[in-house]
Amino acid sequence: MSLSSRLIAIVTVIVSCASAPAFAEIDLSGSWQAINHEDALERGAGPNPADWAGLPFNESGRAKALNFNQSVISEPERICWFQTQWHIAAGPFSLRMWAVPDPVTGKIQAWVVGSWETRAPMTIWMDGRPRPSKNAPHDQTGFTTGVWNGNELIATTTHLKTGYMRRNGAASSDQATITTHFRRHGNLMTVTLFMDDPVYLTEPYILTRSYNLSTNPVNIAGPPCIVGDEGVESGRVPHHLPGQNPYIGEMTKRYGIPLEALMGGAETMYPEYRDKIKDKFVMPAKCTINCGR
Amino acid sequence: MTDRPFIPTIAPSLTRLGLQLTVSLALAGLIAAPSELGAQGRGRGAGPAPPQTPKAAAPIDLTGYWVAVVTEDWRYRMVTPMKGDYQGVPMTDAARAVADAWDPDKEEASGDRCKSYGAPAILRVPGRLHITWQDDQTLKMDTDVGQQTRVFHFGDWKSPGGPATLQGDSVAEWQQAGGRGATDGSLTVTTTNLKGGFLRKNGIPYSDRTTMTEYYELVTQPDGSPLLVVTISTTDPVYLRQPFVITSQFKKEPTDAKWKPAPCSAKW
Repeated sequence: MSLSSRLIAIVTVIVSCASAPAFAEIDLSGSWQAINHEDALERGAGPNPADWAGLPFNESGRAKALNFNQSVISEPERICWFQTQWHIAAGPFSLRMWAVPDPVTGKIQAWVVGSWETRAPMTIWMDGRPRPSKNAPHDQTGFTTGVWNGNELIATTTHLKTGYMRRNGAASSDQATITTHFRRHGNLMTVTLFMDDPVYLTEPYILTRSYNLSTNPVNIAGPPCIVGDEGVESGRVPHHLPGQNPYIGEMTKRYGIPLEALMGGAETMYPEYRDKIKDKFVMPAKCTINCGR
Repeated sequence: MTDRPFIPTIAPSLTRLGLQLTVSLALAGLIAAPSELGAQGRGRGAGPAPPQTPKAAAPIDLTGYWVAVVTEDWRYRMVTPMKGDYQGVPMTDAARAVADAWDPDKEEASGDRCKSYGAPAILRVPGRLHITWQDDQTLKMDTDVGQQTRVFHFGDWKSPGGPATLQGDSVAEWQQAGGRGATDGSLTVTTTNLKGGFLRKNGIPYSDRTTMTEYYELVTQPDGSPLLVVTISTTDPVYLRQPFVITSQFKKEPTDAKWKPAPCSAKW
């Protein structure tokens, strides 16, 4: 390429960039305080055992959940085991986000959603790097890339290990893909998450969460995790054998919700399902536990 | 003598360079032009074009039939929550006193069965929405369950006043996404003049001093279809300690085949 051609090319690029608006994106950096007004119990203290209403389970997903025993997280091998990035939705925690510039070009190379004590940082690569081979190692953090759609940041996470969709045993597999949409409305941010899992779901599971921009800095990492004795000896795997989960029926007693609804399935997510359970639902007289008082 | 051979050598190059630079600048200008033309109307000489109507300027298409996807607050939405179950709602003591006195049988018998179908709660009701343009300035939302209608006014619409209503007076504004080629955006709706009602069917109240702001956005699902996501922030100086913020989501349906009008119910 001659000198003049090179000069022309440079001028063309400079003039184009100077005249057109910047690529659509918005600053998401800062501390975002979680607003836990929906699913308050589920995100805070944790969901009731054997409550999977509104989850688009398939038979495998349901069977795995029924097998779940909460004491698994006391296994020495799992005490320091992170949740997957789905914990952004399943947990109660606030977010801290920041951009990482390329040190040479200044372009944003990645967005980071800071960690919590039970979740590793989520690094959203914005530099177009390729996704690893599907045979590459999976972990709880996964591999995440991002793109802008107008003012919305869309992050796609793969390469996850098995994790939880709901903290009462509803599991996601290592084939799951999490798509996370971040959109800011002034000082309010809405995060929409899709869990797409061909192993345990019949259709994507959708959750939306809200956050307020805060001047109080969100802690980006909890204290170091130290394995201790929580009463489950090494080598034992707490579980319930098929047909022996003792918590089945507890939600029906407490809330009057028919058992079939609590077993989940895609139909429990849609309005017409109400017709199916209307005559089986018995509203208890008064709330006595976990009432929000 | 030293300059003479140099001039004819460089001069054509400079001339050619100048011409190429001119073409280059013109091309660059063309690349940048659409956004500026858009901002100015229809370009020089034609005068300012009339502003687009809100309908024509819509950055996203909210019209059509939408079905609620209930994956959150399931036991407060798909069945009637029991008396005294207030998880998640930042209620004042006054609100608690009102809610503690809730009696579903009395509510049902009172004839005013739509208290949990007002604007702050209607998008939590499991059901369907039908969104249409009433005219170029007005977006309308109907619900099958509860048979309610909300009207979103764009532009400089002013409320005519009058008594407070279940759905209140709503003013809407598009939020355009910035940036080259962006076709995205969202809708902000502010609602006032609301008659008091229930945030949840089990009597958690909101007062007639309530105002709310909603953000409507479209999110692309993994299969490429749109998901309507509405973030609702309700403020009530009487019954809420802080804004009550929830988000509801809806999938698009191709037809009205599942549209099933049903009246309000105070008990189910």
